[in-house]
Amino acid sequence: MDLDALASCLTSPACLVTQTTSGLIIGMLLFLVAVGLTLIFGVLKVVNFSHGAFYMFGAYFAMTAYQLTGSFALAILSGAVGTALLGLIFERAFMSRVYGRDVLMQLLVCYAFVLIFDDVVRMIWGPEFRSMGMPAAFQVPPLFIAGGVVPPYYLLLIGVALVAAVVLGLGLARSRIGKVIRAAAHNPGMVSALGINTGLIYGGVFALGGMLAGLAGALAAPVRSLTPGMGFSVLIESFIVTVIGGMGSILGALIGALLIGLIRSFGSLGFPLFTEGLMYLFMVIVLVSRPTGLFGKEVA
Amino acid sequence: MTELQAGQGAQPLKVPRIDARPQRYRDLLVAVAAFAVLALLPMVFGSKQLLDFVIRCAAYGLFATSLNLLVGYTGLISFGHGMFFGLGAYGFGLMMQKTGVPIPVAFVATLAMTFVVAAVIGAICVRLKEIYFAFVTLAFQMLIHSTILSWQSLTGGDQGLRGGIPRPSFLGIDLSNHLHLYITSCALLVIGLFLMRQIAQSPFGYTLRMIRDNATRASFIGIDVWRAKLTIFVLAALFAATGGIIMALFVSGAYPEFAYWTISGEGIFINMLGGVTTFLGPMVGTVLLLILNDTVTRLTEYHGIVLGIVILFFAIGLRKGLMDFVVEWFAQRRGQGRG
Repeated sequence: MDLDALASCLTSPACLVTQTTSGLIIGMLLFLVAVGLTLIFGVLKVVNFSHGAFYMFGAYFAMTAYQLTGSFALAILSGAVGTALLGLIFERAFMSRVYGRDVLMQLLVCYAFVLIFDDVVRMIWGPEFRSMGMPAAFQVPPLFIAGGVVPPYYLLLIGVALVAAVVLGLGLARSRIGKVIRAAAHNPGMVSALGINTGLIYGGVFALGGMLAGLAGALAAPVRSLTPGMGFSVLIESFIVTVIGGMGSILGALIGALLIGLIRSFGSLGFPLFTEGLMYLFMVIVLVSRPTGLFGKEVA
Repeated sequence: MTELQAGQGAQPLKVPRIDARPQRYRDLLVAVAAFAVLALLPMVFGSKQLLDFVIRCAAYGLFATSLNLLVGYTGLISFGHGMFFGLGAYGFGLMMQKTGVPIPVAFVATLAMTFVVAAVIGAICVRLKEIYFAFVTLAFQMLIHSTILSWQSLTGGDQGLRGGIPRPSFLGIDLSNHLHLYITSCALLVIGLFLMRQIAQSPFGYTLRMIRDNATRASFIGIDVWRAKLTIFVLAALFAATGGIIMALFVSGAYPEFAYWTISGEGIFINMLGGVTTFLGPMVGTVLLLILNDTVTRLTEYHGIVLGIVILFFAIGLRKGLMDFVVEWFAQRRGQGRG
């Protein structure tokens, strides 16, 4: 424990800015992963335990595309599109077989793919740490805000995640497809009776969730190191986020992700060894006081 | 607990009591026979590897079977059951390293500590339903794991409890002797399985099945669901901790991995592999997984792919565990023979 470090940071504007931005980028990346998770849970009623793998694939796809083409935009695009396709195939070929079955079966299929995906990445890209490196466009001096260091790439990252959040939120609330998706989440039998292919919607939602996780992975690739097991810690953190926010709630995912990001960022100053523990502690406290999360609806 | 309370003015309901006594004698006989076979094993096969394998089976088997009391019998899918495995290993190891009390005292004290921790955590967790129960148990597990990692002065952090666990002899049993350790592990396994079998076959065990199948109905007929769930949560924790103690004795240490979520994941997988509807399913699963792990790691470095495909075969292909499959197959054959 190092409470003095935490206290001195809280009183220094420079340190506040630095820690808050780093908390925000952790939170934004987590949001992108967690919102996919919460969407899949909300519509398909399955807990996608293999969701972290899509984040990992997003990062590796982006790295490979960047090394091949040198274009950062193409890298982000291939991270997102690649994982969307992967999600679609995974859902149609495997997950669709266990809908409505025992939760245990669904978890096991996912668990199996956590093991398989990690080994596939190990086979293709090797077991060692890899790094994509910061794209040339962002190799510029950092901004100084109130004395705090803010790399420009962080601003891009936060911006892209915010845009994704707004598009997703508006899309689900306003667009026709969004309405159909919400209807399918509420009453799949009725939607199907109206002549809409629910299998297509399920596949689409899974692909969308995978795409968001892949986008997060691609955005994280320049600032994090890549390793075959990298999806797992992100998965656990995004589970915490969805559970804190309430499973199925997009606003909950956003608030939960920002809270966890800030807890991680400031917690690492005050409790360097217990940062992870703080998150779990927070989750326990939230769940004990509100068993369905901050924005979750009581399940009948 | 299955005797129903008749309401005022109503005729008492006649409920056939489940008579567990004849089963109990049969179980006792099976247990003694199993222990005899295990105890004679070293005389037939002298290989140290085989004995090590059985000790590991004892540790994981107790853990997996106790998890099945929650998953299979009560319908509580715990993702954090491994925390009690880890607590058992660390509690026992620390007690032996720091206090030097005799082994039986440390054993009982570890179980007492597990009892208290499980009662507190269980009281919070069993209020929650399904997926929330799974996640809050996972969170507690990771909280304990983080505590072990960060409390370096006590637990040695990520290095684990090193320097070996002292194993002074007691009552003529010397656990630093490999054969003695083997016999003790077998005894703990057989006693543990026997006790768990009695719990599962008791009226309380049938109450648990009812809660699993229809908790609302169970509470309507006067069962305190929360208390029954908490009781089985604590009991299962004690058996998991016993598995952890065997593991700590076996490796003469305790490592953070013992309390990591993967232990719980493996436990669920073992149950799946062996089957959750038969009492011995988890034991079969344990043996299968350990054999699978040992052979696959020897054959290929990509054992995740092989394990994953095996899991998929059980989850999507068979749709049930091995023992479930075998039992159903026999029942079907018998039915065909009659028809």
